[in-house]
Amino acid sequence: MWYALLTLIRKELQALSSPQSRRILIMPVILQLVLFPFAATLEVKNSTLAIYNQDGGAASVELTQRLAAAKAFPHIINLYSEAEMQRVIDNQQALLAIHIPIDFSRKLARNEVPDLQAIIDGRRSNSAQIAFGYAQQVVSQYAQEGSKRPLPAQLVVQNLYNPNLEYKWFVLPSLVAIITTIGCLMVTALSLAREREEGTFDQLLVSPLTAAYIMAGKAIPGILVAMLQGTIIAAAAVFVYRVPFGGSVWLLYLSMLCYGLSLAGFGLFISALCSNQQQAFLGVFSFMVPAVILSGYMAPVENMPLLLRGISAVDPLSHFIIVVKGIFLKGYDLSQAWPHLWPLIVISFITLSLAYLIFRNRSGQ
Amino acid sequence: MGIHVNHRRLFALCRKESMQIVRDPSSILIAFVLPVVLLFIFGFGINLDANKVRLGVVVEDSGAEAQRFAEVLAGSPYIEVHRNASRPNMRALLAAGEVRGMVVITSDFSAKVRKGDGSAAIQVLTDGAEPNTASFLGNYIQGAWQVWLSQRARDQGLPQSAMTELTPLYWFNPTTISRNYLVPGSISVIMTIIGALLTSLVVAREWERGTMEALLSTPVTRAEILLSKIIPYYLLGMAAMLMCVLVATLFMDVPLHGSWWILFIVSSLFQGSSLGLGLLLSTVTRNQFVAAQGALTAAFLPAILLSGFVFEINSMPLPVQLATYLVPARFFVNALQTLFQAGNIWPVLLINIGLLLLSACFWLGLTALKSSRRLDGN
Amino acid sequence: MDNGIAIAIRGLEQRFADQIALHGLDADIHRGSITGLVGPDGAGKTTLMRLIAGLLKPTGGEIRVENLDSINDADALHMLLGYMPQKFGLYEDLTVQENLDLYADLRSVFGEQRQQSFTKLLAFTDLARFTDRPAGKLSGGMKQKLGLACTLLGSPRVLLLDEPSVGVDPISRRELWRMVGELAVSGMTVVWSTSYLDEAELCEAVLLMNAGKLEYSGPPAQLIDTMRGRSVQLRNIAGNHRQVLQRALRQPEIIDGVIQGRALRLVLRNAGQYPDMKGLEAGHDALLVDVTPRLEDAFIDILGGGPGGDSVLAAHMPEAKLPADVDVDAVISAKSLTRRFGDFIATDNVNFQVRRGEIFGLLGPNGAGKSTTFKMMCGLLSPSEGRASVMGIDLKHSASTARRQLGYMAQKFALYGNLTVAQNLEFFSGIYGLRGEHQRETINDMIRVFSLQPYLGKLAGELPLGFKQRLALSCAIMHQPPLLFLDEPTSGVDPITRREFWTHINGLVEKGVTVMVTTHFMDEAEYCDRIGLVYRGRMIAIGTPDSIKQQASRTEEIDITMEEAFIRLVQNDDQSREIVS
Repeated sequence: MWYALLTLIRKELQALSSPQSRRILIMPVILQLVLFPFAATLEVKNSTLAIYNQDGGAASVELTQRLAAAKAFPHIINLYSEAEMQRVIDNQQALLAIHIPIDFSRKLARNEVPDLQAIIDGRRSNSAQIAFGYAQQVVSQYAQEGSKRPLPAQLVVQNLYNPNLEYKWFVLPSLVAIITTIGCLMVTALSLAREREEGTFDQLLVSPLTAAYIMAGKAIPGILVAMLQGTIIAAAAVFVYRVPFGGSVWLLYLSMLCYGLSLAGFGLFISALCSNQQQAFLGVFSFMVPAVILSGYMAPVENMPLLLRGISAVDPLSHFIIVVKGIFLKGYDLSQAWPHLWPLIVISFITLSLAYLIFRNRSGQ
Repeated sequence: MGIHVNHRRLFALCRKESMQIVRDPSSILIAFVLPVVLLFIFGFGINLDANKVRLGVVVEDSGAEAQRFAEVLAGSPYIEVHRNASRPNMRALLAAGEVRGMVVITSDFSAKVRKGDGSAAIQVLTDGAEPNTASFLGNYIQGAWQVWLSQRARDQGLPQSAMTELTPLYWFNPTTISRNYLVPGSISVIMTIIGALLTSLVVAREWERGTMEALLSTPVTRAEILLSKIIPYYLLGMAAMLMCVLVATLFMDVPLHGSWWILFIVSSLFQGSSLGLGLLLSTVTRNQFVAAQGALTAAFLPAILLSGFVFEINSMPLPVQLATYLVPARFFVNALQTLFQAGNIWPVLLINIGLLLLSACFWLGLTALKSSRRLDGN
Repeated sequence: MDNGIAIAIRGLEQRFADQIALHGLDADIHRGSITGLVGPDGAGKTTLMRLIAGLLKPTGGEIRVENLDSINDADALHMLLGYMPQKFGLYEDLTVQENLDLYADLRSVFGEQRQQSFTKLLAFTDLARFTDRPAGKLSGGMKQKLGLACTLLGSPRVLLLDEPSVGVDPISRRELWRMVGELAVSGMTVVWSTSYLDEAELCEAVLLMNAGKLEYSGPPAQLIDTMRGRSVQLRNIAGNHRQVLQRALRQPEIIDGVIQGRALRLVLRNAGQYPDMKGLEAGHDALLVDVTPRLEDAFIDILGGGPGGDSVLAAHMPEAKLPADVDVDAVISAKSLTRRFGDFIATDNVNFQVRRGEIFGLLGPNGAGKSTTFKMMCGLLSPSEGRASVMGIDLKHSASTARRQLGYMAQKFALYGNLTVAQNLEFFSGIYGLRGEHQRETINDMIRVFSLQPYLGKLAGELPLGFKQRLALSCAIMHQPPLLFLDEPTSGVDPITRREFWTHINGLVEKGVTVMVTTHFMDEAEYCDRIGLVYRGRMIAIGTPDSIKQQASRTEEIDITMEEAFIRLVQNDDQSREIVS
């Protein structure tokens, strides 16, 4: 019977290498590989800072120069009235406006704490808060240097695993997870739906193949596709985007395998419920979008309310992203990856079993 | 080739389309169930707020200064402190992601502080694998450090000019609840699903089922066929939008400062673009599967990535920034974020309205051009 | 142009990207007549219809409908044209009434005229009781009638019907004919396309098409006349009639032959030149009788005669082996077989048994329940009640062992359209357990037997229909199963391919293979040893084709057609059901 299974897998792979399938599987990968690392960033770059300096003193001028020199603010707008400040923020010309009051230099000279205000555009609160952080750092540094006495203690901040907080190092490993999700689900869910529509499914059911073999014959190619796409993205990450790879390759593949299994389980489950390709497509879509959002890719899981955190725990994507990031950036070994691999295995087991039961039920066996 | 529209025929076709929508369970799922689910997930799932970030603190010094600093950290509203005596343990927790950063106060800290030569150091390690959180955490710890410094300075009667800091004042969204800016943006994603994805299936389905062929042999004109697709789905999209806005404002406490009629105009124009794109794909491919794939790649993905909904456009490299001008969702998200959180700020709104109008005309026009009266195209 | 010609076709050529669908057609279609557009799938009928309707632009030549150019005057044309495509153009989610309303609005039929049209059409189609039922829930025949009704709204002057009667039960088909016949009398020009040659005989004129060429244009009677004296029937055959057919087809005087119950219908090469009876070995009482020719006979003649009776495939196959403990009289057996889908009873207490080496046919229109019954016999559906067994094995319990012995050919030849012919052959042989050298040899044999060599690298979805059928058959038998299940294996194919197929089947049956086949094509029922008539879930008659015809015959009637027999039995069944309820 192994030969029959091999025949099934071979047929599936042959079907996947048709020009149309190849376009669907490879092109989006390349497109997303090019687009995501550049577009999906929460960093703050190229932002505009507006400064309303009511004080003409040396101190305020120096502070202004320091702010202008900061890498985070390549664009500076000089303001001359409060009304202008209001307008600049309203019209989103600047993310941040700093108001240096008229008594700034005087207060500093008297060793008093001056009033420095930053007006922040809350509409883009995430970026604004980060920009505010940068500005805050410049101000603190300036203030410290101005003081004659050394500070009691220094704060030494080191970013582990990603010293420069390069967003790409975060995006690309996560991308390995996300893009393989799409490919694997499409293959498993849609190919089954298409067989039903074309009538070849009946042909399979009539053959000596049992439901288990047919399912395996759909799941395994899906996993292979996932691993192939994952390899492409991982390779691009390391060689094109220069993301460091600290872990072991075999662990990466082992994780891809576990993840692939869980995805195939979902894919087969979805397609077992749907009766045609269109429904399967919408089903895959309705699964994927929440899965990606709740996976921790766009925002940390710990920020989510309890209910959503629970759902995230059964979302295979969230576990896989942690493992991949760990392997790339933190040099995970098996013991560190295991707490996230076993949930994947459990999920695979449950979804595959459910899919099998529905399968058997619907095919009247 | 004039645009000839017979009202009775148009009405009959619209009625047919509406009945089909209502009676097809997958349409209802996509148009009503999925949006609400997504709204909740976007609203509560993507939470970039200044929540309590888990910080591990290892205090190896029993001195007063060290304890004081640890207390300040614990007192920060943004930090959730986890204490542990051992550095290697904490490192393991950091590696596992259980804490997003760790602070080590070495055993000679208090002594060095008292010496006052500036050699005392507080070591902070953040989890760089989560850059956004690491940034925020760095800022919060800075904040706590400032507080500690100023407390010390006050206690010792020292000059405080070194304590100069920036006071933040938030305009729009003062509570900086990220939901308030994410939810308006997510409405654009939801409308893209209805506008582009759902309609991309519609025309292709008629071709695949053979009903288009029958229609074309009747006296209907191209304009009638197109309008009969646009009008019902437009109404559906607007209904979904209304529902989303109501859910957002009534159940999720998202404020809407702008006026409803501008919201209506902006949404209508965006719907026009999305519908145009979806129908174009459907008309040109005549195959549901390919059309849906196209809608995903050309409409949905850009709506998430390139619209400014989550990811800041300014931070993207220049070529990508230019590319976002081709994405109608970008203008829509911009308008929505302003309308909801700020109100009717005309310079922003007018530009976006103008560009949305252009975009809608482009896509709808292209669809009209590509629709044919015959099976073999024009 | 008013010499009574409604549609004038001159030099019409239609070329698509990779093939030529129509090769230079010239034809005139007269006003007020019913013209049959006849030919197998792929002949170009649909393409021609679409060209007449103005839905395609001719790549060469021109068409004028009621003196309007099909492309330039398209708007005016749509006002007077009614077109029913193959999928009827019905909106499945809308009710009957809503579909009618839609088309009435689209054709600007309002007020008094609208009400009258509705009443008349609903009465005509007998759908008045179902106005609130969604179109998707109608039976095949009802859908077709509704499709026709929608097309008739607005009283078009030209009516184009693309295969309106395919798969429909014979009674509905007659009603469709009646409806259309009455309309044609009132001056409407009707073009009715079909692949059923017996239907074409009823038309006033036929356009006989094959592979994009117009083979004949004119009254059917005229064409049939040319065959006078060439159609004969061989009756009172003693012994194995299939073997007699084989021998007959070897005779040079005979160009075509099919089985008709216990008799054989033969077509002579030349009128009056009979074959040598001795060579046929049909027994003492066998005699050749002249019969009225059919259009099919003429069609075969035009195409150059039927295929021979010797199957290379069958010669190739070994004797079919069955396990020793299997009851030879009940190789396939159904006992009290019932299947329900919710409230709906698809199969109602069906009983039959099939012997080894027998061809058993399930005959009935679409929606009668033959597919459901068939699927239960293959193990694709489990029965709600009763027992389906194959070789004594109950399919509900251990299907796997039984499956290796089954060969299955699905409806519309379920092949992997996006894989090549070679890949399909490898796949199907592989899943049935053939491997290595044995597999390669078997595949090569199939390629040789069915002449698939030039198509090996072609995608299965792009094959012409005849080759798809051949590929599907080879995929079904590579593992040499002693049982064959064929689901509508010849729907839509041209008569020659159909004969070829049945030659293979007959040859296999001679080697002991047991065959179960479903069909809605009444003539095909005659090729079977025994048939079961399925109607509305029940088996209303079972027996040899001749015995069923006799069952339905009134005294003194000699030779009714299978279709007529079916109609009468169905009417009897309807009556008895009414009495019961």
